[in-house]
Amino acid sequence: MHFSEFWNDIGELTVTGLSQGSIYALFALGYTLVYGLLRLINFAHSEVFMVGSFAAVGTWKALGLDQNSQTPVLPVVLLLLVAALLVAALASGATALLVELVAYRPLRHRNAPPLAFLITAIGASVVLSEFVGILTHRRPQGVPPLVEPRPLVTIAGTQITNLQVGTIALALVAMFGLDVFIHRSRWGRGIRSVSQDPTTAALMGVNRSQVISLVFLLGGLMAGVAAVMYDLKIGGTRYDAGFALGVKAFTAAVLGGIGNLRGALLGGLCLGLAENYGAGVFGTEWHDVVAFALLVVVLMFRPTGLLGESLGRARA
Amino acid sequence: MTPTTPSGADPSTGERLSTQDPPLLVERSGEGETPRREPEGGSSPRGPRRRRELADLPPVVRYAICAGILGAAYLLPWVGRVPVIGPQIQTQGIDWPSALFNMSYFVLLALGLNVVVGFAGLLDLGYVGFFAVGAYTVAVLASPDSDLDQRWPWLACVPVAIGVCLFSGLLLGWPTLRLRGDYLAIVTLGFAEIIRVFADSSSLLRGDRGLGSIPHPPGNWSDGSPIFSVRDATPYYWLGLTLIVLMVLAVRNLKASRVGRSWLAIREDEEAAELMGVRTVRFKLWAFAIGAAIGGFGGVLFAGEQGFLNSATFQLMFSVLVLAGVVMGGSGSIPGAILGGALISYIPDRLRGVQIAGTDAFEYRFLIFGLMIIIIMIFRPQGLLPDRRRVATTQDQEER
Repeated sequence: MHFSEFWNDIGELTVTGLSQGSIYALFALGYTLVYGLLRLINFAHSEVFMVGSFAAVGTWKALGLDQNSQTPVLPVVLLLLVAALLVAALASGATALLVELVAYRPLRHRNAPPLAFLITAIGASVVLSEFVGILTHRRPQGVPPLVEPRPLVTIAGTQITNLQVGTIALALVAMFGLDVFIHRSRWGRGIRSVSQDPTTAALMGVNRSQVISLVFLLGGLMAGVAAVMYDLKIGGTRYDAGFALGVKAFTAAVLGGIGNLRGALLGGLCLGLAENYGAGVFGTEWHDVVAFALLVVVLMFRPTGLLGESLGRARA
Repeated sequence: MTPTTPSGADPSTGERLSTQDPPLLVERSGEGETPRREPEGGSSPRGPRRRRELADLPPVVRYAICAGILGAAYLLPWVGRVPVIGPQIQTQGIDWPSALFNMSYFVLLALGLNVVVGFAGLLDLGYVGFFAVGAYTVAVLASPDSDLDQRWPWLACVPVAIGVCLFSGLLLGWPTLRLRGDYLAIVTLGFAEIIRVFADSSSLLRGDRGLGSIPHPPGNWSDGSPIFSVRDATPYYWLGLTLIVLMVLAVRNLKASRVGRSWLAIREDEEAAELMGVRTVRFKLWAFAIGAAIGGFGGVLFAGEQGFLNSATFQLMFSVLVLAGVVMGGSGSIPGAILGGALISYIPDRLRGVQIAGTDAFEYRFLIFGLMIIIIMIFRPQGLLPDRRRVATTQDQEER
């Protein structure tokens, strides 16, 4: 127990927690969207994220940068970041579509029991992570020093770095965009209708297969964005980076109420904060324990998460 | 997607009742007589043909077949001496008795997880946690590295370890079993992660330095040399196999008992079960505790063979693999759990040391393994040796 240090560091812990939490939140969207639609834990989503993180590193490498290069000037950095975001999002989105096509669609056509989906997802996850592992010889890949963490603003004695501000802002923008897409657009209405009642939606002329593909694509895109932020934060990636983080992101989704977009944001941020506060009080090695203990306590009092399950249910 | 009209609703429920009734009646009429247990559900017109044939045989023949299979299983360490097929079966990159032993504790784990997932329908993603609890209990009590410095013999640790596992099953189950399906999955996953972090950080379990010199099971050959040594894994395999046989007998009887029927009712429809007077929380707790105890047997066996444990032994992926084995074999089916558990250990081990197009398959073994999981599940979504009643239920739901 280190309560005095905890109170001294609370500002910093909050900011790190929020930036970590926004990565969880973006990552969690993939779980929550697919679950809301298909009642299925998309176990392979962690590998979708991992592919995105490698796509970003690959982009920078292709443009001639590795972990030993100098930090380029600001406009170049911005261009590089945008390029990496685009490539990573597309790569993750494509991977998610591929997983849906290879691992889930054939089972759906055969009316398989729900557990079968979980197992093909596990299979797909193993295949993807091993495939990348073999390609990279299981070595970690370094990220070029694009963004030098520099204090940007100071609030109440807490320095907030440009990277943290960027991460939180980007996550909020991406989630706001997704929320608008789901609640305002024609496609979003399709998603909500299928998640409410697949049969009726199909009778009303919604193409269920297309909606399912779209949801996987959206989840993949968000995971790609999260992957770039993760690369910059950690400074590298590994073929097995997705699994541990995926467990956390799924926890975040459940914490906020799985199937609920805003729940994913809330869950991600809460999880990030709880983890960092827990690490501050009990020591770094216990931060996972605090995260899962929080989950159990929340589920005991709110069995469907903080905001409850609803992709289409709450407001149609 | 069949369009449901209000008038179509009634016949479909009627159909559902009629398909579910016969198996229930068969089960009740067979109560009390163990030999009749196996043809359970045999009158269902939809059971896979192969197993109905086995069940239709007279008991003597059936027992003879089971004894034959069991005998063959005990002789498996010498399968390499069988001409032509023997060397094909045997693993190359890892010595065959060790591979067999690995299969035996994976089968034990699959049997235990099958009780939780297959019988009671509770999705447990953190099953490795109980395996770890069992193994660590032995290590802490028996290893000279442990702070407790008890140095118990292996055999004395076994009942304590199983007790601790039962208790930890209850402890995890008590706050979490009110949760539904997928929520339970994530909480159990968290439990396994907590156990791993605890093993990593607590001073008692010594993190990655681990606990060594855990004693082997007791016993000597007639020439005075110990039966269980580091040189040969064959006796461990036989011990594992014996435990498997005992567990299969226990689990099979449980499945047919009052507890097993309650699990089945909970799995099919929890609300309905509760309304019919099944104490759902109590029986779910039972499933958790019994599953945990069987996982604990796996852990005890593992600790006895390895002689060393550290926090890196119990990765989360492990329990995911066991779950894949259970479902691949056929959720809820005991032969399925045995086959699935054996396969998840055998396939990667068999691929070690195999040359594919000039390169060692060792590097690709999990890639190939993952592909096999996907292919098996796509072509046999019910599992390799499915449980008849489960198949009937899913077909039933399709029709609804």
